[in-house]
Amino acid sequence: MAASEVTAATAAVAPTARRRPSRLRRIRRYLLPAMGAVLLVILILSALVAPWMAPYDPFEMNVVDRLLPPNEAYWFGTDAYGRDIFSRTLYGGRVSLVVGASVALASTAIGLLIGVIAGYFRMADAILMRIMDGLMAIPGILLAIGLMSLTRASIWVVIVAITIPEVPRVVRLVRSVVLSVREQVYIQAATAIGTRFPRLMVRHILPSTFAPLIVQATYIAASAVLLESYLSFLGVGTPPEIPSWGNIIAEGRLYVQIAFWNILFPSIFLALMVLSINVLGDGLRDMLDPRLARRL
Amino acid sequence: MTGKTSVLDVQGLVKHYSVGRGLFGSGRRRLHAVDGVSFAIAPGETLGLVGESGCGKSTVGKAVLRLVEPTAGRIVLEGEDITSLSRSALIAKRRKMQVIFQDPYSSLNPRMTAGEIVQEPLINFGIGTRAEQQERVAALFARVGLRPDQRNNYPHEFSGGQRQRLGIARALALGPSVVIADEPVSALDVSVQAQVINLLMDLQEEYGLSYLFIAHDLGVVEHISHRVAVMYLGKIVETAPRDMLFAEPRHPYTEALLAAVPVSHPRMRRRRVVLKGDVPSPINPPSGCRFHTRCPIAVARCREEEPALLGDSSGHSVACHLRTPAN
Repeated sequence: MAASEVTAATAAVAPTARRRPSRLRRIRRYLLPAMGAVLLVILILSALVAPWMAPYDPFEMNVVDRLLPPNEAYWFGTDAYGRDIFSRTLYGGRVSLVVGASVALASTAIGLLIGVIAGYFRMADAILMRIMDGLMAIPGILLAIGLMSLTRASIWVVIVAITIPEVPRVVRLVRSVVLSVREQVYIQAATAIGTRFPRLMVRHILPSTFAPLIVQATYIAASAVLLESYLSFLGVGTPPEIPSWGNIIAEGRLYVQIAFWNILFPSIFLALMVLSINVLGDGLRDMLDPRLARRL
Repeated sequence: MTGKTSVLDVQGLVKHYSVGRGLFGSGRRRLHAVDGVSFAIAPGETLGLVGESGCGKSTVGKAVLRLVEPTAGRIVLEGEDITSLSRSALIAKRRKMQVIFQDPYSSLNPRMTAGEIVQEPLINFGIGTRAEQQERVAALFARVGLRPDQRNNYPHEFSGGQRQRLGIARALALGPSVVIADEPVSALDVSVQAQVINLLMDLQEEYGLSYLFIAHDLGVVEHISHRVAVMYLGKIVETAPRDMLFAEPRHPYTEALLAAVPVSHPRMRRRRVVLKGDVPSPINPPSGCRFHTRCPIAVARCREEEPALLGDSSGHSVACHLRTPAN
């Protein structure tokens, strides 16, 4: 009698089944990043196929059709020179893509190299990190203006100008991962079985940096796209003759009261691209972080 | 004494750490993790190294392997001094001396498969072709009681005992003559402990391995060791053949340790020796005999004069003014 009571009580207390993640969490985990990825792919494709998809030459001026609101012929309207905003916006995506991808690749590659050295070699650490602190103190826009005044404006100078302030962020991330991994017992174990330095790096230390690095790269790409637009808007970025989103917005700014579509559509594209990259990055972070993945 | 026949001979091993850098760099103090430890291990012998947490026994293991650089002392492996070998020269000697770690979870790289983990030492030393290495890995898996088809699994798919078997297979891959076992079973369930201990003993018999078996569980040490050394605050206070140490401990600290082992029979009672207080900080170890602050029989001399580790002909050595073999 007493025993059965105890069993009943335990059964009542024990959860009937393992709690399944709520619907909201599953949406956050899979649906949003998937949507971000789909949106990003659409934006990338639209930029890639711009030469075939654009109904007009983005540079072709048509004075008769200047500042037309969106219509069947000009979907996004025309600018002050009668150029087609839709075509220019598609081409503008190419600049953003090139800048976003190049900055993400260059800053992660450079940051990985410096970060590993700083994290593994204590002597180099102090020197390298002070240099990084110095780089971080330089405002990105100021650096771009400085570089632009020293050289001829080109998209590559923009990439360099945006990459330099991003490198220290990657260095700090990689360094912190390397610092924590090098204290792991399996690193001692690898040393004890005679693993030499190159293999120790490639097989035991570097793999741990990849997941956070991929996530960081997406954020860098998003912020690079945004920064390129800032710089172009300020006139210190992509040369004005190239239609980048920042340039289109900068030119359209003058006519915003009579032709708002000049800046509306490139702004929407810019916002969507940054949003899609960030959402994708958040999703990747949640999926690649084993602790977060378990909780979600 | 055993200098010539021993496979591993450690003399006056010291490891100090600098800790607690003060605000102006003035307060740098030294933590005496290991303070002059000497021992020798004969081929096929197991030396049990026991002591409570923080007494420096794990540091001894790591310093002998030069996973941490010893501050002073001499490490002679198979007649060759490895204390001052360069890193690259040391790698060649690592074949002879291997290690099994305490934590079977953190000592295996979570991103490598079990097969890759055991194969890695063979790759490092370029032993055999890839196919031969695979064969050897399969043989090692079988020898330590793992199924060769588990080679493609990742460490998290194994239980604690299986992971420790993986660690043993990795240590054996190079055919070492000395294995430093740093608390290899203290992270395991009691039932699994016995299996792993028996595996270690079987392997010793089969390959003639010498073990430095670091542990705090005296029951385990009594089972596996031929000789036992007791450490307190970075120093060996007593060392003797196993049966002698367990039957007639001489150092008061050893007595206290043995008294703390639970007895398997409920009516049996041991003489209780309860030590007062905590282990003093290794940053500022006590003067004289390091045990005098907690010793039940300490006299004035113990506070001032440090006792040497003195042995008799039976191989029983003790570092105590009051319990020297001469007394």
